Amino acid sequence: MSGPTSELSSAQPQGAALTPLLSYAECSARERLAHLVDAGSFHEWLPPSERLTSPHLAQLGVPSAFDDGIAIGRARLAGRTVFVAAQEGAFMGGGVGEVHGAKLVGLLRRALRDPHGERPDAVVLLAESGGVRLHEANAGLIAVSEVMRALLDVRAAGIPVVVLIGGANGCFGGMGIVARCADHVVMSDIGRLAMSGPEVIEASHGVEEFDARDRALVWRTTGGKHRWLCGDCDALVDDDVAAFRAAAIVGLDAARPVTRELLETEHALLAARARLLDGATHGDGDGDDAVALWRRLGVGDAVRISDLDVDAVRALRTL
Amino acid sequence: MDWNTLAKALFGADHGIAQDGDFLHGSATFDGQRLAIIGTTGHAPIGVDLALAQAGKVLETMARHPGRPMLLLIDTQGQQLRRRDELLGINRAMAHLGMAIDLARRRGHRVLGLVYDQALSGGFITSGLIADACDALPEAEIRVMRIPAMARVTKLPEALLASLSESNPVFAPGVANYVAMGGVRTLWRGDLAGALREALAHAPVDDRRALDGAARGGRRLAAAVAQRVLDAA
Repeated sequence: MSGPTSELSSAQPQGAALTPLLSYAECSARERLAHLVDAGSFHEWLPPSERLTSPHLAQLGVPSAFDDGIAIGRARLAGRTVFVAAQEGAFMGGGVGEVHGAKLVGLLRRALRDPHGERPDAVVLLAESGGVRLHEANAGLIAVSEVMRALLDVRAAGIPVVVLIGGANGCFGGMGIVARCADHVVMSDIGRLAMSGPEVIEASHGVEEFDARDRALVWRTTGGKHRWLCGDCDALVDDDVAAFRAAAIVGLDAARPVTRELLETEHALLAARARLLDGATHGDGDGDDAVALWRRLGVGDAVRISDLDVDAVRALRTL
Repeated sequence: MDWNTLAKALFGADHGIAQDGDFLHGSATFDGQRLAIIGTTGHAPIGVDLALAQAGKVLETMARHPGRPMLLLIDTQGQQLRRRDELLGINRAMAHLGMAIDLARRRGHRVLGLVYDQALSGGFITSGLIADACDALPEAEIRVMRIPAMARVTKLPEALLASLSESNPVFAPGVANYVAMGGVRTLWRGDLAGALREALAHAPVDDRRALDGAARGGRRLAAAVAQRVLDAA
């Protein structure tokens, strides 16, 4: 499991030696769904045959998609009913527009009503998004806030929301906030979860602030290993659809009701973390402030995190 | 409008709101009722620290003053664009703020947002946009991005975006567009205290923004598409 091979070949799950890995990052949204849920169980609502496109993109002369970049529906996962949504990063970077957002809101609202005895055991969101789609910026911004409220309604009803992050476009902007509103977050090491993209930060404050071309720095700041060590995701997996499936199944029973006590605990954790970097300029000795943060979290081997495989990093979390 | 001018108009000179850097907090008396005031000023960038400061006050109000209404005073340039904040999980801090406001609503607190100066994207989504309802002053500005920057990112001609913004509120900055789309419930004109009184009495507690957007013609699809998902076979 920890051979000196590439990330992909070292990611083989135990007991699946004869099954070739299927890279989650390289799959389309529909391929991920097809392999993530029980075979043949995905039933799509508002499929591409309904040709539900964004009128705003058409008005701009920008190509549109018949699903507006998101597939939603009902499926089974380990035999249990789930509602699922998968954002397509290849279409507008998974950006949330009016229709895209409304499909997600509709899915979450549907989880709350029970017309045909179809209350799901969980809602699983395969997130891949740059956030608000700028071509319809205002509508996208409001839509993301509607998604947040609908998601928290679902959580309040005791239905867990599980977010999976492992697409090449990461999970940014408003969707980065939405992800952290969920009960359970699963990331691969090549997944990224953050607010503003490095290019945006570099454009605002210069390359000294954030060199967007420094891939190692980008991953130390926003990548799956960092998020795992900080406790920002609940599972760290290899870039493998089967590994995401296994982690999503665990998430089906991971409901965490939002209470005042839960948020007080969250507040204390975030406040303590914010103070961890006090006095750290460019790390303690070697490494940058990411390494300093890991070290101050008590993570052993902090300088070697980038070189370690997922199994090794999984064992280092202190929170 | 300057926050202090607003506060005096709403609560009188002795309004009880303090400014701590860009952070506004305090409690004010309105029609004999205490209100918690939480907000920002100076077009504050919302980073981890300012998100946590606001969330802390929301949690404190829930703990010490169950049911006390909250008024969120919004003036922000959006999320803090710094690598340190990303490293520290700014998205998680903002989600925490949004979830604190959402929980306050569920526990019976009235939560109103008021954009009194400027609101942008990340700074807005976990404050006013997750309150029971968000209102604005007519001179306020709300946007995701300016049109020139939007043109650069989308690689579309600025003239095209500018001309479309005349007819389609989804592209253009402007508080009127947010009203048309349902994101802002109403504008406070003239009698500000009267407007707050009306908002405390009548702002909905459920999310009616997509319905409002459809009724006002600014966002025609959101409500209908969500309904189609509910009805799909």
